[in-house]
Amino acid sequence: MSDAVSSSIPYRRFGNRTILPGFHLSLGYTLIYVSLLVLIPMAFLVAKVFTEPFAATWAKITSDRAIASYMLSFGASGIAALINGVFGFIIAWVLVRYEFPGRRFADAVVDLPFALPTAVAGISLAVLYGKNGTFGEWVHWAVGPEAWRAGWATANSNIGVTIALTFIGLPFVVRTLQPVLEDLSTDIEEAAACLGATRWQTFWRIIVPAILPAWLTGMTLAFGRAVGEFGSVIFIASGVIGRGEITPLVIYTTLEEGLYSQAAALGAVMLVFSFLILVVVSLLQAWNGRVTGSASV
Amino acid sequence: MATSATTLEPAPPQEAPRRRRIPRKATTEPLWVRLLLITIAVGFIAGFLLMPLFIIFKESLLKGIRVYYDALENPHAVSAIKLTLLTAAIVVPLNTLFGVAAAWAISRFSFPGKRALVTLIDLPLWVSPIVAGLMFVILFGRQGLLNSLFWSGGKQVFPILFEPAGIVIATLFVTFPFVARILIPLMQAQGSAEEEAALTLGARGWQTFVYITLPKIKWGLFYGIILCNARAIGEFGAVSAVSGHIQGLTNTIPLHIELMYNSSQMEAAFALASILSMLALLTLVLKSFFGWQAERQAKEALESTP
Repeated sequence: MSDAVSSSIPYRRFGNRTILPGFHLSLGYTLIYVSLLVLIPMAFLVAKVFTEPFAATWAKITSDRAIASYMLSFGASGIAALINGVFGFIIAWVLVRYEFPGRRFADAVVDLPFALPTAVAGISLAVLYGKNGTFGEWVHWAVGPEAWRAGWATANSNIGVTIALTFIGLPFVVRTLQPVLEDLSTDIEEAAACLGATRWQTFWRIIVPAILPAWLTGMTLAFGRAVGEFGSVIFIASGVIGRGEITPLVIYTTLEEGLYSQAAALGAVMLVFSFLILVVVSLLQAWNGRVTGSASV
Repeated sequence: MATSATTLEPAPPQEAPRRRRIPRKATTEPLWVRLLLITIAVGFIAGFLLMPLFIIFKESLLKGIRVYYDALENPHAVSAIKLTLLTAAIVVPLNTLFGVAAAWAISRFSFPGKRALVTLIDLPLWVSPIVAGLMFVILFGRQGLLNSLFWSGGKQVFPILFEPAGIVIATLFVTFPFVARILIPLMQAQGSAEEEAALTLGARGWQTFVYITLPKIKWGLFYGIILCNARAIGEFGAVSAVSGHIQGLTNTIPLHIELMYNSSQMEAAFALASILSMLALLTLVLKSFFGWQAERQAKEALESTP
């Protein structure tokens, strides 16, 4: 992860104190590229927001429609991150600790949500969890048509949004936990067992504290990714204004309607949130470094 | 285990070995817990991850192979495929070049603001694709602050927004961290002792790079490229915001899938989706292979450095 970068080679004080060539070329190219592609577009988005009077911007980002979309985006992403926290841990644990036929295959499949284009995942989930889809049919049968209409539907609903966000977030938890579980030495667990701890006590008092930072990191990453997700959600979401819209969808529709400053204001909110996620993740990784005793993951 | 008594007597012949219960190791769980956890994990992976994949192929072939081929041979589908491939062909080499340059600068030299630069490189991964697209609409758009530069007389000076160029730029943004963030930790782990040796022995800078560095980072580079390519082909949100959604001109494969799906041409939508899914599966296979090789290379480097 990005934390590996902080450990620069100690004996080299500054770029030009080495015989390696290409410092100015590579850094110059990098800076120009990043400026053109990230800094300038981002600066103009923020500038666009600040050309409006603050009160007007505030009204835009706190409108009923916006607030409702934050609640759905953050709520569904939070629930999805918690579900992934549970199942992601079980999957990571099973993949690291147990031997069973098909383990390598299962391990490779975990990355599927990374590799599958979001729109493809979106239409597939919408069909699968729709009323006539394999899973949707079961749920429809189990809860009955009235409960289905009343909010228990797994597609065209906020439950569907949560399902899609869980789908795309799962690899983050598994892939963050796996290396930490692999590096976990079993010596301490043996010691705990020798001292009379039950397996359950060992789990809560030895294993969980050691993997907690990585666990939280994985869930934060899944949460951060879910809040910004668009393609896999819009097909399974109801999209009802004020009830079934995620924030990216509000931005998209306002953009299509030509309400640029409205879209920019909401975009700036999301951008601030992206920075927050980055900060939280780097704090969690620093904590992880202290817990696992390694400077870099 | 260490507690077993050490006796010098020869072990009694085990003619009829009694079925002795092997005590469970202290660092694992009872059998039923293990089986339960494996069942949950495998069930979740099968139902939650593999089932959607299966649905794509099932839906795409629902009306037979003829409809499947027709959907792919539709001229709008063909032009979407062409635009997507063109986009990837421009974006992937540019971002690969950037990734190598950024990793070289960051892993080989120290300079003020390095952490900030790394954070900035990571940022596109956490920005919503819609916000990414929005940034370019604002930058190049008529309502933007630079409209005097990009617009004149109600027309764009350069055909960027709602044109293929806009799609390329938006895709560049969402895919540019991939190569860099794979290479940075790999090159940091490998160090630069070999490069320094080559330079001391009289190699030129480019020779050192081509003959020493490139072979060292080869697998990591492939790994990054394959991820970058997968995202470039599958990107939806960012491209959706900057595309004019003009069939045959500015629709990529994912946008065409959306159009087909929303106009209830499910077979066509899923036929194209199945193509992208096969690409995703290929990506997973290559990713496992390259990742495994890159890990081996990094490990070798760690072991050989004192």
